[in-house]
Amino acid sequence: MNILAFILFLIIVGLTLVITYFASRRTKTTADFYTADSSLTGWQNGWAIAGDYMSAASFLGIAGMVALSGFDGFFYSIGFLVAYLVVLYIVAEPLRNLGKYTLADMIAARFNEKKVRGVAALNTISISTFYMIAQLVGAGALIKLLLGIDYLYSVIIVGILMTVYVVFGGMTATSWVQIVKAVLLMAGTFIISIIVLAKFDFSVIEMFKQMKTATPLGGDFLNPGNKFKDPLDTLSLNLALVLGTAGLPHILIRFFTVKDAITARKSVVYATWIIGIFYIMTIFLGFGAAAFVGYDKIIAANAAGNMAAPLLAEAIGGDFLFAFVSAVAFATILAVVAGLVLSAASAFAHDFYGHIIRKGQATDKEQVVAARWASIGVSILSIILALFAQNMNVAFLVSLAFAVAASANLPIIVFTVFWKRFNTAGAVTGMLVGLISSLLLVFLSPNVWSPVEGAAIFVGEPLFPLANPGIISIPIGFIAAIAGTLLSSKKADAKKFDEILVTANTGMKDPI
Amino acid sequence: MASNDSIAKETKVSASTDYTKIVQSKSFQELLRKKRNFIVPLSIFFMVFYFTLPLLTSYSKVLNSIAFGAISWAWIFAFAQFIMTWTLCILYSKKAATFDRLVKKIVKEAKG
Repeated sequence: MNILAFILFLIIVGLTLVITYFASRRTKTTADFYTADSSLTGWQNGWAIAGDYMSAASFLGIAGMVALSGFDGFFYSIGFLVAYLVVLYIVAEPLRNLGKYTLADMIAARFNEKKVRGVAALNTISISTFYMIAQLVGAGALIKLLLGIDYLYSVIIVGILMTVYVVFGGMTATSWVQIVKAVLLMAGTFIISIIVLAKFDFSVIEMFKQMKTATPLGGDFLNPGNKFKDPLDTLSLNLALVLGTAGLPHILIRFFTVKDAITARKSVVYATWIIGIFYIMTIFLGFGAAAFVGYDKIIAANAAGNMAAPLLAEAIGGDFLFAFVSAVAFATILAVVAGLVLSAASAFAHDFYGHIIRKGQATDKEQVVAARWASIGVSILSIILALFAQNMNVAFLVSLAFAVAASANLPIIVFTVFWKRFNTAGAVTGMLVGLISSLLLVFLSPNVWSPVEGAAIFVGEPLFPLANPGIISIPIGFIAAIAGTLLSSKKADAKKFDEILVTANTGMKDPI
Repeated sequence: MASNDSIAKETKVSASTDYTKIVQSKSFQELLRKKRNFIVPLSIFFMVFYFTLPLLTSYSKVLNSIAFGAISWAWIFAFAQFIMTWTLCILYSKKAATFDRLVKKIVKEAKG
């Protein structure tokens, strides 16, 4: 066990618990719990969005992929960033104006039917759970490697901590844990990038030149096509990346933590700057790891390359930097899973319990209690699932979450705001078909089936050839929403659409 | 405003604002037009710009030629995606100020 890393882990855990303590004293109403009473500023929410987004998959995964596959790993960085233009131009402001606590609120603002809310909540819970399992599996592997603690106990420790943040501190604690972690992550990444750049005499041109001979791939390291060989798969991944973010529930609920659409817009702009700078630095992380750690050592630590960034920190900065980066990676996982627990728990407590079971009659206190119990339930469920998923490929789960988000949520968000004829049948059909088709295609894909034993979950020929279902399932989601609308005999309520149009664009609404 | 009572009860919205009238107002139509004229063409632009990169790298090798040093055009195009994203962010922030002014006007008109 690395003692220094362990001490830094403890300091970070202590810091987050202090944040949670102060947040818990301010968390009394449902608005406090779900949205930190919409009191965050644009800057704060910008950092928190960046924190939610720069997950272990981004930080550890992309650094590893760039280190092992060169240019192809950078596709993730580009897609994750450009996705924010979709969020900024199309989703953020209408969502803030129409919604209150969850994505379902936005859709129910127009259709106001239990079916819509139930299906939207189901999507939120499915997407958040996949994403959470991915983070927990990653967390277990990381802590096991760094501290030598068993996978089982690692997952349970992370699980307990994330439950504590959410149950006691709600959105206030979750947001501040995100902000602190995002600042630490940017600082750590910046320090590593500067050291890497210094090793190339602060010349990017020199760095690229040396990378031609630094890896087993030789000159090909700098060219596309090492990881993604099938053009359709490459396009499918890129499509899911750029459209997925705008449907991720834990990102979407962040827009309810600010007071209005103008602040929501500002927070996206700040987040885009922070995230962009971070993703530019993934080149230094990846190139640095490839050059100073080496292919064999990265693969030996973790076959997927997830340890590239911490190993690079060790190689160029010694024990302290290694400990710091490892602790930051740990904080990253804690913060992101807390955000995911909150998004799934609010869908359970606010949509299922509050609106469907209690028909909107629950008192504020009852709702907070329900939300806390839902958080505990979601946490236990995902810990159990993560224990079964130990040997699953983490990237598979994350790409699944993005594909489901883009196929099941995005079409509905877009049509709710922009399409006059859109109706309840279309919304329900679009969400269900998008969810089922993306899940089904993944279960038939090479991620799940491989003729080579051990390469996937089951041995056999995949029935669907692409690793990412986006290029098929996203159009299916849109078409199902359109078909459901046109085939249903029920006409859309034109007056309701006028109301939605005004509220989405101006924030004006009648008091409920 | 004359409204269907059963809907009003069901949605729990007090029917005090005539949204249809706001939608039909000149200021609101101007807001919608201005937003559409900005968002639609620029969204098409960034999607095309974004997908040009994987399309070119998947179906051709043109981007593998060197721009300078050991840096190929693929990397230049990749960095250009970052510049594009930031630029479109700044453009939107600037443009949105005019949307906000129109929104203020619409709200003021609606409240009379």
